[in-house]
Amino acid sequence: MTDFIEQAQARIRAAQASAAPLCIRGGGSKDFLGGEPVGERLDTGGHAGIVAYDPSELVLTVRAGTPLTEVAATLAASGQCLPFEPPLFGGRATVGGCVASGLSGPRRPYTGAVRDYLLGVSLIDGRGDCLKFGGQVMKNVAGFDTFRLQAGAMGTLGLITEVSFKVLPTPEADETRVFEVPAADAIATMNRLAGQPLPLAGAVHHGGRLRLRLAGNPAAVGAALARLGGEALPDAGAFWAAIREQTDSFFAGPAPLWRLAVRPTAPALAADGVDELIDWGGGQRWLRCALPADAVQALAASHGGHASGWRGVDCRHAFQPPTAPVMALHRRLKASFDPAGILNRGRLYPDL
Amino acid sequence: MNAPPPPPIDSTALFSALAEVLPKGALLTTVEQMRPYECDGLSMYRRLPLCVALPVDEQQVAAVLRICDAGGVPVVARGHGTGLAGGALPEQGGVLLSLARLNRILALDPVARTARVQPGVRNLAISEAAAAHALYYAPDPSSQIACSIGGNVAENSGGVHCLKYGLTVHNVVAARLALADGQIIELGSEAPDAPGYDLMALLVGSEGLLGVVTEVTVKLLPRPQLARVVMACFGSVEKAGQGVAAIIAAGIIPAGLEMMDKLAIAAVEDFVKAGYPLDAEAILLAESDGTPEEVANEIERIEAVLKASGATAMRTSKDEAERLRLWAGRKAAFPAVGRITPDYYCMDGTIPRRHLGEVLRKIAGYSDEFGLRCANVFHAGDGNLHPLIFYDANKPGDLEKAEAFGNRILDLSVAVGGTITGEHGVGVEKIDAMCTQFHALELEAFHAVKAAFDPKGLLNPGKAVPSLHRCAEMGRMHIHAGQTRHPELPRF
Ligand SMILES: Cc1cc2nc3c(=O)[nH]c(=O)nc-3n(C[C@H](O)[C@H](O)[C@H](O)COP(=O)(O)OP(=O)(O)OC[C@H]3O[C@@H](n4cnc5c(N)ncnc54)[C@H](O)[C@@H]3O)c2cc1C
Repeated sequence: MTDFIEQAQARIRAAQASAAPLCIRGGGSKDFLGGEPVGERLDTGGHAGIVAYDPSELVLTVRAGTPLTEVAATLAASGQCLPFEPPLFGGRATVGGCVASGLSGPRRPYTGAVRDYLLGVSLIDGRGDCLKFGGQVMKNVAGFDTFRLQAGAMGTLGLITEVSFKVLPTPEADETRVFEVPAADAIATMNRLAGQPLPLAGAVHHGGRLRLRLAGNPAAVGAALARLGGEALPDAGAFWAAIREQTDSFFAGPAPLWRLAVRPTAPALAADGVDELIDWGGGQRWLRCALPADAVQALAASHGGHASGWRGVDCRHAFQPPTAPVMALHRRLKASFDPAGILNRGRLYPDL
Repeated sequence: MNAPPPPPIDSTALFSALAEVLPKGALLTTVEQMRPYECDGLSMYRRLPLCVALPVDEQQVAAVLRICDAGGVPVVARGHGTGLAGGALPEQGGVLLSLARLNRILALDPVARTARVQPGVRNLAISEAAAAHALYYAPDPSSQIACSIGGNVAENSGGVHCLKYGLTVHNVVAARLALADGQIIELGSEAPDAPGYDLMALLVGSEGLLGVVTEVTVKLLPRPQLARVVMACFGSVEKAGQGVAAIIAAGIIPAGLEMMDKLAIAAVEDFVKAGYPLDAEAILLAESDGTPEEVANEIERIEAVLKASGATAMRTSKDEAERLRLWAGRKAAFPAVGRITPDYYCMDGTIPRRHLGEVLRKIAGYSDEFGLRCANVFHAGDGNLHPLIFYDANKPGDLEKAEAFGNRILDLSVAVGGTITGEHGVGVEKIDAMCTQFHALELEAFHAVKAAFDPKGLLNPGKAVPSLHRCAEMGRMHIHAGQTRHPELPRF
């Protein structure tokens, strides 16, 4: 066991004894996300490094404080990647924060999310105990999938110390085409194409332009491009990076920014005073609007989903709560992993 | 910390309460009626329940659960009973709750590419219904003509195409769940994610311990335009294993990547005449699917890699009939083995693939030691092994030997960094091996998760997660620095 783990255990035990909250922090790239961080900081940055990586096993095990850029570089050297394309946020994002926030990038609807690539997670729970869930193999049904539960839990169930990911080869070909279409047509197209055997890897619409990304086997991508037509997008890599990193001009400025996860077939949500960027083939909608939180949440719910206040939104509304009985399960799970409620208190929900 | 003796159940009162909420004929109470429910696909464990309830809708499921909750009566959910770990083994003194009659496809949305189905719908029936839209449900366990989607969710079942298309957890998006007290909750979403903790992911693979699944929404994928399979022969299982690693190292993720050893090949050939060569020590089946251009390119690369890895012969399917025939052998491997031995015991460990040679050598050693033959079939792409141990239940001592042999394989899987079960689940069968794979603190965390959903411990008691007491008795308890916790929780 490393010094970091022993020290972190000791700090968590002390915090538990005094019921004092601890704020777990990797690179701080997601300080903006969720409820306001409270309590003493517990930095994971010192707990870094790749523990095991064998490209022919498609498995990477890495310490939680490792920057994602380092993970990406290591994988790239063997022609592999994290297919869910997590945001790197200026190189500050770490593995732990990536898992805890559960954020995925443009390829998510076609390749899966963070939770889909988790094979195992080691964590320190709210009692200071080290627990290891899952493993380093691709198929494993022993025990509950408590490791997948960490994806998107915002660190409220434990301090993630080590993660094993399933990784995949980086697509050999990666091309983007642009089409001038209104939002409604773009949504229809995104859904229609997703029902066809095409190597889709991204579908974004904003400002009257639909960008379709195809990635994979060069022969398949070539055949798909020939069928789809459209204009080639110069510097497509930069475009998709700007969507993934939320540095595209759509994300700039002080207007409140909301993320909605909705049914991919939901209609366009743009309206007077509501600018919309459609991502994830229709499943993820970014809105710039000054609507009250309950209105945005109701809008998301009416399309089978939920809303997260991303920027410029009162952080009490960062995450839309689930239904009451499901919330009751959240409380019981939280109490079992972190009985004193000290880990990232209020980061996911105000009373969790 | 032994489970307390079940309270005496007034079965007459229970039966009449259940009969009131169920349709006529949907409550079975005689031994003859209940016999078909006494075991699942793992027939070495058999037990009769107090009664079998056959509800036809969610309301009836909830009503049965409410009655059992009030009376403290254990409930075991059952899909179509093809499970291979004794997960659906009835509880003596409990209700066996069959979901088989909840068998309707409720909605199929070809645009959103989802299907909302009841839990008793058979896996293959979903793909059949979606075929009209050129869509399908990807996970394809070999049992897919029989097993239920509810059972698949409970076990996180995989299939021969899960290396590329994922397991059940990657292909179901939402579920309705009846909790132990009959309350219905919704988990997951048709949106890409649901608010809060990912309880949908937690539900998948939970073996009926957290609730009874009453509805499942699955993702449908576009059917690939074309698929072709390469069958390659090797002079040793190790060589075939190296072929697998070489394919992955070349950046190819085949749609399926399966291996069989000589004994399995012989059994299969005798049964389905798939055209496998009887002189090969091992064969690999590597499938490519996608557009015609992609498949042509990928097949060429797979053939080149396998040749370089020492394949002694290769055959590539030229048409769909030939492809299906080559797969028919692999898909019928279990029944084929069932024809050449009175009984067999199917193991399910997953190992990091680099240990394949070592693990197979050791399994061969155990086979000699116990004097029982063992055929090997595996999902080679993801390292999931299915050693099939031959035994004869009528021969005194054989079953015990088979179990001891199996436990050695489980321990070996854990020792090389793998897991005791890749897709079949723990059930009752591998409960002791759980003590080897997990420490006491982790087992306690699982118990706490169970208690969060089912505080009285009425759903599928005694399965999937061993009590610490049991592990201690097995001498397998791994306690870290003397820690145990949650003394307040009931052990189940
Ligand atoms: C010949 C053969 C081949 C097989 N091949 C594969 C394979 O390739 N891959 C694979 O993964 N498995 C395979 N299996 C195992 C088995 O088919 C799967 O585990 C399957 O998912 C079980 O489904 P079922 O409906 O038969 O479930 P059952 O056996 O009835 O139940 C399995 C478990 O699920 C629980 N359960 C069932 N329904 C519900 C529900 N609605 N709500 C809550 N819990 C529920 C039960 O309590 C039990 O614990 C095979 C089995 C056989 C016999």
